Amino acid sequence: MKKFLLSLLCVISGLLFGALILKLSGISAVEAYKVMWEGAFSRPSYIAYIMIRSTALILTGLSVAFAFRTGLFNIGAEGQFIIGALTAAYFGCAFHFSPWLQIPLVLLLSTLTASFYGGLAGFMKARFGVHEVISTIMLNWIALYFSNFMVMTEGFHKPNTETSEFINPTTSITFLENWKVSDAGSTWLAQHDFLREFLRPPVNAGIFIALICVIIIWIILSKTSFGFKLKAVGFSPEAARYAGINVNKKMTQSMMIAGALSGIAGATHVMGVSKNIAILAAHEGYGFDGIAVSLIGSNSPFGALLSGFFLGTLKYSGQKIQSALEAPSELISIMIGAIIFFIAIPVLFEKSINKILKLILKNEGEN
Amino acid sequence: MKELIFLFSTTLMYSTPLIFTALGGVLSEKTGVINIGLEGMMTMGAFSASLAAIKTGNPWLGLIAGGLGGLSLALLHALASIKYKANQVVSGMAINFLGSGIAIFLCRLIFEGTSMTPPLDLEKKIPVYFSQYATVYLAFIMTFIIWFLFNKTVLGLRIIATGEHPKSTDAAGLNGALYKTFGVLTSGFLAGLGGASLSLAIVSNFRPTLISGQGFIAIAALIFGKWRPLQTALACLFFGFSQAIVIFIGGREDFHFSSQLLSTLPYIMTLLILVGFMGKTTAPSALGQ
Repeated sequence: MKKFLLSLLCVISGLLFGALILKLSGISAVEAYKVMWEGAFSRPSYIAYIMIRSTALILTGLSVAFAFRTGLFNIGAEGQFIIGALTAAYFGCAFHFSPWLQIPLVLLLSTLTASFYGGLAGFMKARFGVHEVISTIMLNWIALYFSNFMVMTEGFHKPNTETSEFINPTTSITFLENWKVSDAGSTWLAQHDFLREFLRPPVNAGIFIALICVIIIWIILSKTSFGFKLKAVGFSPEAARYAGINVNKKMTQSMMIAGALSGIAGATHVMGVSKNIAILAAHEGYGFDGIAVSLIGSNSPFGALLSGFFLGTLKYSGQKIQSALEAPSELISIMIGAIIFFIAIPVLFEKSINKILKLILKNEGEN
Repeated sequence: MKELIFLFSTTLMYSTPLIFTALGGVLSEKTGVINIGLEGMMTMGAFSASLAAIKTGNPWLGLIAGGLGGLSLALLHALASIKYKANQVVSGMAINFLGSGIAIFLCRLIFEGTSMTPPLDLEKKIPVYFSQYATVYLAFIMTFIIWFLFNKTVLGLRIIATGEHPKSTDAAGLNGALYKTFGVLTSGFLAGLGGASLSLAIVSNFRPTLISGQGFIAIAALIFGKWRPLQTALACLFFGFSQAIVIFIGGREDFHFSSQLLSTLPYIMTLLILVGFMGKTTAPSALGQ
């Protein structure tokens, strides 16, 4: 409750800070927020796009949050995402099974490779004392260049482009992909405005996969002794070791799970949205946004879910102030930065939170 | 011979921004404050340097403005982590989002909606002496100054004491917060210089992708260099050299090797070195407290 209130206050302060920045730049904050609100919720297709955008954010946020609970800072979500996406694209092209086998198989392989990749950082920390921040930064770059190399390999590379071949249609997790464009589908949709609009974007099963992951991670963290041990390592490695927990093993396991989650994010992105991967000149920022999601969601699974949706909404609707008002869409980064900055300083809000909690308790007492 | 000179000068060129920034990181972390926001400070520095050089026509003013740009964000980090005892990693991440956000936001406001500054004319760029940008020499001078600071001055000893054992500085009646503030602010200034040495010398404008990971590589370099100025600069030279090799081999037609795979080498090497030779890390004992 207290953590939720803190995040909420920080988010509100961040939005106010954004308004202040707009005002200082001579742009109407009311107008800008109105554009963003309408750009987010006024049409079914906008909501669909927000769902699509939030999927990867929730999963990478969950990945960072999970590692944080074991006291590890997973800057490597970016690289793990790339490995997951690469694996999904590669085997999505190579395999030709029926969807019932193809989809779980490709998803499983992506999860495994990314899990291995994340676990590598955990292992290096546990076995050799290499700080996970530095190893994951290195692994991010290795993943990026390796993925670029793979995109250009014969058979996988789509000639005369900067991208890979598209995955086989049987790998797609996009809902009703063929039906949408078929004769029967388009006639039916012509009569159903809401669904026609809603299905225009590549709405896909990713969001449900993300939801399932949130629930699984919540169960692991709060209902199993394995999760309890992980958290014990996070609170105090020395105490955990004294209590007979194999701290090194727990670190590796924690990073493996974190890697798996980011890998699933990359896989759902390829299987549901992009259908291929491209040469990357620089990191796309999924991992860094995941850090933001995790921090705003106070490193809890359901927190990551809420803040993933929140950031997805901000990022999607924030683009629209550029064209509508010529207001730089980087306002969103500034707001995210401000929110995280406030989160770093909980003492700022301690008094007001205690006041609010007192009010709530008082009301409950009266009832 | 020509090849060697090419490799040498390219190494120096690409190491320079890393050296400034990593030295900044050393200064901050030696006082016990983690600075993971170097990337954001570099971005801010790169933009403000470019802006000032365009407006004043003077690259040196641009360089100073770059330092001040980084410093402005460091003020926030210092406020949060020293005055309000914030979580320094979280505050640093906030700085990264703020840095790139504010820099590009301002760029769009000032330069009519574009996220790039117009290119600088040659005379507005950092001058070249003996076929190297002046910033290259400055980076080495800075390395020496900071080495001198830590090894030969009282201030340096006090900074180290603050980061290693804050209680001892308290007991000696020293104001630990003051040294921490000094460390964080100079780290911002140096990271700003690092960004400026990119936008004023290596390329001639600011653009959103200009700073893409150098701040984090600088952090890697300082851990690699065990928080010591000279070793950290050497680690930066290593990263610069790897970059130079990639460019060198990428430009040769007689050598068929994927430049993408080649690009992974410095990072793989770093991991191997860390795994094989590093031993226990030697971070300042009170880092992050």
